[in-house]
Amino acid sequence: MYKLHIDKVTFAYGSPPSAPVLADIDLSIGSDEFVAVVGRSGSGKTSLLSLAAGFLKPTAGRVHIDGRTVEGPSAERAVVFQDDALFPWLTARQNVGFALKLRGVPKPERDRRVNELLAHVDLAASGDKAIWELSGGMRQRVGIARALAADPEFLLMDEPLGALDALTRERMQEFLLHLWQDSGAGVLLITHGIEEALFLATRVVVLAPDPGRVVADIAVDFGRRFLRGDTSRAIKSDPAFVATRERLRDLIELQDFEV
Amino acid sequence: MSTTNDIVLDRKPEAPAAAAPGFDWVRLVPLATVIAILTLWWFASTRGWVSRVFLPSPLAVLNSAYQVTVSGFADSTLLQHLLASLGRVFGALAASIVVAVPIGAIIASSRIGRGIFDPVVEFLRPLPPLAYLPLIIIWFGIGEASKVLVIALAMAPPIIIATAAGVRSVSRDRLNAARSLGATRLQLLRFVVLPSALPSIVTGIRIALGAGWSTLVAAELVAASRGLGFMIQSAATFLGTDVVILGIAVIGIVAILFELLMRALEKRFVPWSTHL
Repeated sequence: MYKLHIDKVTFAYGSPPSAPVLADIDLSIGSDEFVAVVGRSGSGKTSLLSLAAGFLKPTAGRVHIDGRTVEGPSAERAVVFQDDALFPWLTARQNVGFALKLRGVPKPERDRRVNELLAHVDLAASGDKAIWELSGGMRQRVGIARALAADPEFLLMDEPLGALDALTRERMQEFLLHLWQDSGAGVLLITHGIEEALFLATRVVVLAPDPGRVVADIAVDFGRRFLRGDTSRAIKSDPAFVATRERLRDLIELQDFEV
Repeated sequence: MSTTNDIVLDRKPEAPAAAAPGFDWVRLVPLATVIAILTLWWFASTRGWVSRVFLPSPLAVLNSAYQVTVSGFADSTLLQHLLASLGRVFGALAASIVVAVPIGAIIASSRIGRGIFDPVVEFLRPLPPLAYLPLIIIWFGIGEASKVLVIALAMAPPIIIATAAGVRSVSRDRLNAARSLGATRLQLLRFVVLPSALPSIVTGIRIALGAGWSTLVAAELVAASRGLGFMIQSAATFLGTDVVILGIAVIGIVAILFELLMRALEKRFVPWSTHL
């Protein structure tokens, strides 16, 4: 059990720093948790993920895993991107095996692991296809399998379902829950879907903009109910689910001074 | 982050245009143009509109093509002239790729590197090779090295510029993805930057091949004993207009073949270029 700490982090672009994008964020994610971050655009959701991933460095404060400071990107914190960021010069299979290849895992061992992962994301038959032959949902699953191949402690996902149509998105949500259960990795999910956050996460964190800061951190268990056998439609129409969703929406819209 | 990628990747195939009924006659226009020019040439030379010394007939050129192929011109057959020229161009291409690709990568990835190489490249790029040819000869003599060097100098700038553009346009998300999968700096270069930039490099090579081929004649004007440029030049001194036209035709046809070759290579080696 690890804990990824975003420890009193302030972040601003440029030097000297301009107005902060994120101010004094204090957030920790256990490797058994599924934390979803919601908030209006401009609340610094993606910056938060980039800090956790090590793509950005905090202006103040630090990001650490149980005291070990995060100095940059690493395979222990694999990232899934909104526009998949797959390598189009590689097949689906080669994309999934990328992290293993970087580590010099011998080919037979690599093939075995890649086949497992492809089966796991339900793409066993499409491994040798080019990336552009795959649908959006398939591409995201390749991206997730590619991240899982790195055997990460934490899976950082930036709007992974944002570009998908509604039906695919629902199926992918259920898939993500199973995956979280099986992988044993902690998940940080950035999303603008309030319902999605609520359905998937064990904790929903609400960010408010100008500067980005945490205004709510709510423990929920709807995803666990799905994993125990409830259907997602039953859960999403449950009065408790609807009430929490509306509360979250209020929280987010309270910050909405522009409209 | 890379919104351009979104647009390309998510673009739906366009609905096919309504199939034109019957045959598309417009497609014949290029062919008609070529036939018209050949016909005009034919009449101009056979009807005595222009002296044969200035414009031999198409048949005379075909005949000289046969003569030069079989018995040669200026001690070499057409094939030998062609191979000499191709050897120089591809030798120069190999040399300029080896030098230009790393320079392009350095320009794109380091401000200091850009400061060092950019002025040189930008100065060299618009210079006509004929302008610096005499200097190269003074420095390196009239041997093979000078000719290859001149062609290579003409080829390098497009490759450098295309490589730099390719490296600069590597998607930030893809770089970050590879880094978060554990890639070292060297692995990033080898497994992400290079393949990302490859389509652009291939385009640069295509442009370079055109530039190199057109520099060839200039380079071969100087003390060559073989090559298409030499053949044209020495035929011209004897008013062998038929061989001059033959040389021009061969150079033009080879240029077209280069273009087709590069397109085939592009399809074979960078099929992802339209999906970046």
